[in-house]
Order: sequence, then structure tokens, then C-alpha cells
Amino acid sequence: MNTALLYALVGAGLFFLGLYALIVHAHLLRKILAINVMGSGVFLVLVALAARTGEAAPDPVPHAMVITGIVVAVSATALALALALRVQAETGRAELPEEPLE
Amino acid sequence: MLEFHWQAILILLPFAGAAGCFLWPQRAVPLGLFVASGIVICVIGAGWQLAELGTQRYAVGGWGAPLGIDLYTDGLSLLMLAVTALAGLGISIYSSGYFSHERARYFWPLWMFLWTALNALFLSADIFNLYVTLELLGLAAVALVALAGGADALSGAMRYLLVSLLGSLAYLLGVALLYHGFGSVDIAILAQRVEPSPVVWAAAGLMSAGLLLKTALFPLHFWLPPAHASAPAPVSALLSALVVKASFYILARLWLEIFPFAGPGPALLMGLLGAAAVLWGGVQALRQTRLKMLIAYSTVAQTGYLFLAFPLASVTGWTAALYMLLSHAAAKTAMFMAAGNILYFGGHDRIADLDRIVQRLPLTITAFALAGVSIMGLPPSGGFIAKWMLLEAAIRSGQWWWVGILIVGGLLSAAWAFKVIGYAFTRSEAPHDTRKIPVVMEWSALLMAMLAILLGLFAPWPLALMEIGSPFDREGSG
Repeated sequence: MNTALLYALVGAGLFFLGLYALIVHAHLLRKILAINVMGSGVFLVLVALAARTGEAAPDPVPHAMVITGIVVAVSATALALALALRVQAETGRAELPEEPLE
Repeated sequence: MLEFHWQAILILLPFAGAAGCFLWPQRAVPLGLFVASGIVICVIGAGWQLAELGTQRYAVGGWGAPLGIDLYTDGLSLLMLAVTALAGLGISIYSSGYFSHERARYFWPLWMFLWTALNALFLSADIFNLYVTLELLGLAAVALVALAGGADALSGAMRYLLVSLLGSLAYLLGVALLYHGFGSVDIAILAQRVEPSPVVWAAAGLMSAGLLLKTALFPLHFWLPPAHASAPAPVSALLSALVVKASFYILARLWLEIFPFAGPGPALLMGLLGAAAVLWGGVQALRQTRLKMLIAYSTVAQTGYLFLAFPLASVTGWTAALYMLLSHAAAKTAMFMAAGNILYFGGHDRIADLDRIVQRLPLTITAFALAGVSIMGLPPSGGFIAKWMLLEAAIRSGQWWWVGILIVGGLLSAAWAFKVIGYAFTRSEAPHDTRKIPVVMEWSALLMAMLAILLGLFAPWPLALMEIGSPFDREGSG
């Protein structure tokens, strides 16, 4: 097993770890962090697989994708944090209601 | 004019409109209506070009694939652009009357951004660009849901955002695996290179799971009713009519062009989930006491019909699903607008207290009833043509059991539509205050409903459009 594959597997592991946390934790901040861990996992997979070609210079295209992905992730996190604050201000709890409100 | 790059304008125009509406909130309404009309003209231009010259590929900035971003137009993407343009124009006109000044300054820029994302999504030629546009679409849609304010809308928006991000990340992981395996993200190049392997199956599974979640296919629909029902009425209309269709469009492209070798297994699974969605959505719609919740569950059911195209796997089946998409977009827009009018007029949307709305809002209830005709699938509406073609595809491919789903689904829709219309005639026990509705809101609802009916009468046009550069022929068995 080479280093790149190891990183890619760690990335996939982070993705599923984040997915688990997203499902089991109720607090919105934890859910937002979980989404970010999942995103980092995907980015790690992309970067690691770029180096797997075995050539001296890694493939630049996945790196460009990761940069784009990070921009998207930052905007999404900002929106999620703003929304979470408003949810807490409205309902007094930083959690989603169990049953959708009627 | 034939050489003109309509695709680029289709993305730049709403983008410039969004910036303009943000910078000059006082001018947002005329600016938004101007952009909406401009997009309709550009779609007509792109359609003319497509009919004359065939499919179009445009390399942004002169950088072609595999390094640059390509915009690609064929019959399928043009149809999606046209649906968006028509429903978008209707929603823009409706919104010009619906929003107070305070809300309008946030609505218009977000709506224009959402439109930019939709147009860019339908024009994208590569799966990574589809990811970016999918995220842009999700962020704009979530912000629009939150616009209603209040605990319901904010919780609905938050849930929607988490689901949307989860879906996109699963999709992105699939993109990473496909890129790793085949060294490209361009759909046309992938279509030639991809061959079955465990990595491809993992990628197909991840991408499909993410997109099914975003399309709200049963049993992944849990987030849709609260988000769609708690949003402001024009936002509910555009979410149900357009946003859930965008991820369905990507799914269709993926399975038709990149994974056509998948065989009947995954297709049958999607068909079964679609059938379950039709039944579950219909039953839940019937159980609702609030009008907007009811319409949102009906979206879950109507989305189910689209997935029947996967197991039918014929040109007729796909055409039927796309026609369903088209007529549902028009009918559901009209229905949410009508519900918005009722809510605006009486201050509530409790079905049992509709209180003689027939006499007080005759145009609105006509719009609701006409849209209902199309959703039930009665002739001569667009919904009828779509169901007829689905029926034909089911019988021709020897899978007659799907016909039962079509009939039961239609009956369930009829049941809830007549329930609502019945209450619209009766006097409520608790009278309540009402306020006057802007004329544009009533008329735009009625015009969208009439469009849904007219789609049944002018079916040959859109059907001919879909055949240009159609990805469906590859399935063969039509």
C-alpha cells in the first residue's frame, strides 16, 4: 500500500465518520462540524488520488477542484452558522424539532 | 444571430440581474421582470439555434474540455431551460405583487442567483461543474426558504441545508472516484471511457444516493414538505416546480450517458421507490389539514412518476417522464400561487376553513381546479398526455403492473383535489378578516394553470424539441 492510497482511505474514513456524527448528534453546531469533516474527507480523497499517478508532478486538476470545493464549503458553512444562530434565537434551542412542525 | 452564444447570455443575464437587484433594491421589481423576459427571449434564441444547427457546445473563455468548462445544449437541456424560463416568468410576475418592500429587497437577488444556478446547471457539460451549480442552487434555495422568518421556516431551511450539503458531498465523492478512474469529468468523454468496475459502481451509488436525497424520492423525502410548505408562496412554487427537477435532470443524464450498462437492477429499484412515492405522497396529501402541506406532499407523489421512466427504459418512457416534469412544473406553480393567494387573502391555509373562497376568489380557485385537472391527469391537460405516454410505454415493454400505480396515483390526487374544492364552497364556522389581493397574483396563477392545460393541446412542439441530440435513443428499445 502506498502513501497516496493510505491518504485516500483516511479521506473515505473521515467522510463516513462525519456522516455518522451528522446523524447521531442533535446540536446544530455539531451537525455543521460533521458536514465540514465530511467535506475535508472528500477533499483529502481528491488530493491523494491526484498523487497516485506515480509521476513526479501530481495531476493539478483535482487540486483545482479542491480549491473550488473549499470556496463552496466556506459559503455553505457561513450560511449554516447564520441559520443556526437564527434558529436558536427563534426557538431558544440550537436543535431541530424532532417532528416537522405542523 | 445563429452563431450567437445564447448559452453564455443565459447564465450572465440573471447573474447581472442578481447583482443589479442587490445594488438597487428600489428598482428590483422592474429589473427582475426585465431579466425574466430577457431569459425567455434567450431561450427562444437558443431553441431556434438548436433546431437549425443541432446540438451546441461552447468552450467558456476559449479553453476546451478537458481543462476548461464547456457549456452544452441539446434537446433535453433546452427543454429544462424552457420550463425554467416559463415558470420563472410566471413566478416573477406573481412575486412583483406578493412581497412587501422589506422582503422584496432580499427575494429578488436570491431568486436571480437561483435562476443563474439553474441555467448553469442545465448547460453544464461536466460532472464537476454540475456539483458547483448544484451547491449554488442549494444555497440560494435555502436562503429563500428562510426568507419567510419564524421558527417553522428557519427549522425547515436548516434541515434543508443539511440534507442538501450531505447530498452534494456524496455526489462529489462519486465525482472524485470517477475522475480517478477515467481521468476526466466531461460527460461526453466519460460516456466513452467508463466501463463496469467496483469503483464505478461505488461512484454510481454515491452520486445517485446524493441526488435521490436532493430530489426527495421516497423514503428520502422527509425534508421536503416542511421546507416547501413553510416558505413564502412564490418560493414554494419555484422549489417544487424547478429545484427538485434539477437533481432529477442530473440523475437522468448520469444513468443514460455514463452508466447505460447498469442493467435492470438499479432501474427497477428506482421505479419501485418512485411507485412507493406516488402512493405514500398521495395518501399523506389526503391526510393533511393545511393546504400548503398538502401541495408539498403532492410534489413528493408527482416526483415519483418521473422515476417510473427508469424501469420502462424506452424513448416513450423518458419522453413521458419529461412531459410529466413539464406539466407538473406549470401545474404545481399555479397551485402554490393559488394557495399563496388564499393565505394572503384570509391569513391562513386551513383546508376546513376555506370559507366560500369560490365566490370571494373565483380566479384563484379556478386556477387551483385547472392545475388539479393536470395533476390528476384528466384530458386535455399536459398531465394527461404524460400519463398516457407512461401507460403506452408500460404496456409496450410488457410491464403492465406500473399501470396500476398510475391509476391509484390519479385517484389519490383526485380525492384531495375534490376535498379542497369541496371546502371552498362551504361556509366556515369561524369567519375571519380578509385583505385585498393584488390583481397580478390572481392572474399569474390562472395563466400558469392554463399553461398546464394548454400543454395537453400543444404536445407535439415540446415533444419534437426533446428529440434533438436526444440521449434516450441509446437505450434502443423504444
